[in-house]
Amino acid sequence: MASDPQALPPPLRPRRVGTGAAARPRDSISAWPLIDRLGYVLCWAAGLTLCAIAGAIVLFMLVKGISYLRPSLLVQSPAPSTVQSASGGFLDPIEGTLIITGIGICLAAPVGVALAAWLSEYHRPAWLARAVESAIEMIAGVPSVLLAIFGLLVFAPRFLAFLSQTSAGGSVYGKSFVIAGIMMSVLALPLIVGATREGLAQIPGHVREASYALGKTQATTLRRVLLPSIRTDIAAGATLGIGRIIGDTAIVVILAGGTLQLDRTGTAPILSILRGTGSSLTSYIYYNSPVGEGHAPQKAYAAAFLLLMVVLGLNMIVTLLSSELSFNPVAWMFTNTWTRRLRGSAPEEGQET
Amino acid sequence: MDTGLLKKAPPTRRRGSSDRRTELLLGALAVGVLALIGLLLVTVLVKAWPSFSHNGYIKWFFPGGDVDTQLSAIENARPGSGNALYHLRAWPLLWATFLTTGLAVLFGLVLSTLSAIFIVEFAPRAMQRVLDPVVRLLAGVPSVIYGLIGVLALAPWIEEHLISEQRKESVTYVVQLTGTNLGLAVLILTVMITPIMVAISTSALASVPSAWTEGSAALGVNRWRTIWRVSLRTARPAIIAGAVLATGRALGEAIMLSLVAGGRSFAPNLLDGLTVLFEPARPAAATLLTYIDGISDPYLAHALYAIGAVLLVSCGLLSLAAWAAKQPLKRYGIRT
Repeated sequence: MASDPQALPPPLRPRRVGTGAAARPRDSISAWPLIDRLGYVLCWAAGLTLCAIAGAIVLFMLVKGISYLRPSLLVQSPAPSTVQSASGGFLDPIEGTLIITGIGICLAAPVGVALAAWLSEYHRPAWLARAVESAIEMIAGVPSVLLAIFGLLVFAPRFLAFLSQTSAGGSVYGKSFVIAGIMMSVLALPLIVGATREGLAQIPGHVREASYALGKTQATTLRRVLLPSIRTDIAAGATLGIGRIIGDTAIVVILAGGTLQLDRTGTAPILSILRGTGSSLTSYIYYNSPVGEGHAPQKAYAAAFLLLMVVLGLNMIVTLLSSELSFNPVAWMFTNTWTRRLRGSAPEEGQET
Repeated sequence: MDTGLLKKAPPTRRRGSSDRRTELLLGALAVGVLALIGLLLVTVLVKAWPSFSHNGYIKWFFPGGDVDTQLSAIENARPGSGNALYHLRAWPLLWATFLTTGLAVLFGLVLSTLSAIFIVEFAPRAMQRVLDPVVRLLAGVPSVIYGLIGVLALAPWIEEHLISEQRKESVTYVVQLTGTNLGLAVLILTVMITPIMVAISTSALASVPSAWTEGSAALGVNRWRTIWRVSLRTARPAIIAGAVLATGRALGEAIMLSLVAGGRSFAPNLLDGLTVLFEPARPAAATLLTYIDGISDPYLAHALYAIGAVLLVSCGLLSLAAWAAKQPLKRYGIRT
């Protein structure tokens, strides 16, 4: 320090040691007026309340889950019985959840990424892009029960009968795993579009310039440079989408039919399941709640515990990914309106160097 | 950083045909999604229209009789029986939706704003690290689990400890009080929508330019008043927009509310005082779910789609309102 030629000359007046209490009165909470202190206490109370609620939910489900979840439940099919010990397990709902989630995310991920790419990189004609943007914002806000009754309406025409379960008389129910999966993909779409756009917005302009300078077209730049570099964001978006799909009940209850077992339609090996109806973990819980027909609280608790564990696992994946993310996934789950995150401004300044 | 210039087109002299094709393909996909959403709006509204028009439009929204009776009358009516095919006065459902949503958003607003201030300003590092996953957890728990906990764990407790015999008798000729009621629905709905608002408020509070708060502190204003007068006021549009989005979420909640709200199309009466919290209700979205098995009946379908259309239009208006609410933030140069 002393040898540094750029060092400042010694101050004329000796600097006060400790800029705290000696220099000026510190803003300590005990010196605040009563009403301000009350606000401070309320803030603590609110924060602790949130922690307590989350803790209570996890603990309660853990206790119930451990006391009711048996390994045998995972491999048995549900059986129609009013006695809880004889009503089987939830193998079929687990399969149903996997099928619906698989269909949903396989549709939503490519479509979502493509939409986001078009919105961020092409965005022309501008009026069309703006219309698409607001439409996606709107579906982010549409309740899933509405998506479900819409699905019922759209898939009821005769020419779409190959997708759904049909009655003996030939009338189309508009219910099947495929249809539930398609509507689920609509539910996950805004999350994936948003996450992808978020990632694309964070890529500095000079990356695109460099690619163009090498003679690459916009499409090649998108496919070979931009999309590979935001893989994490897309993965986080997809994980959030999976979480949304797994947790949704209304679409399954309405669109995947009213039976707990997988109910095949037709005889083709895989297609019959996809065209058929069944249940998922969420609808299984709903049917076994006091409101549903099953009314088997122990089974409902066990399934709910399993579902909660899956959701927690997905949450953890997002947390792991989020260290590399440019956005806050929590705010994200609900609001693709809030596209540019404030945190985004920080890396930008650094990246420009 | 301004990428606006670059987004227009790459500086190639002639764009290759494959590039053109990609753009058209992606654009077509976008148009497809747009068309799907347009279809959603149009089909639901068209399907709903008979219910509105046969009830004299505005009267559809009025109070008048028991919705459950009317809906089952619609389901059981034979064609040709005239008015009974459409007769519906949906007020109890709308009122229940309004009450649950309004109260939950009100409580959620207070709780979320306080906890957002806590997370951004006061929480020790360790607490912050706990609160982030806590908010994410509360946001991620599926609504059916919230409903299950409510109906199996909280409802019996409420019925046993909070509803006195006197209270039950006071409204015994009107409605029966049980553990599943408006108060429980509001409580759980508050827990469900608070994380959304916390997440949005937290990010807005964190993005208040530090020069502003420092300026306030330099003038000798203490930290709480700085937060109250400067940070919160700057973040207000974001907080309001968060509340609006949470409202949309609460409006559409069907599963949880059908489990814990009491399942009777009763319009809770505010004149009953505190008893109103223990009266059953059934919001519009939950009603859709309850009657969904009868949707193959064309006349009931009209009624149900009409309820759905009201929800759809409100959600559309809400997303518009959220967009409008956060416009002032742009003026401050805060990008959220």
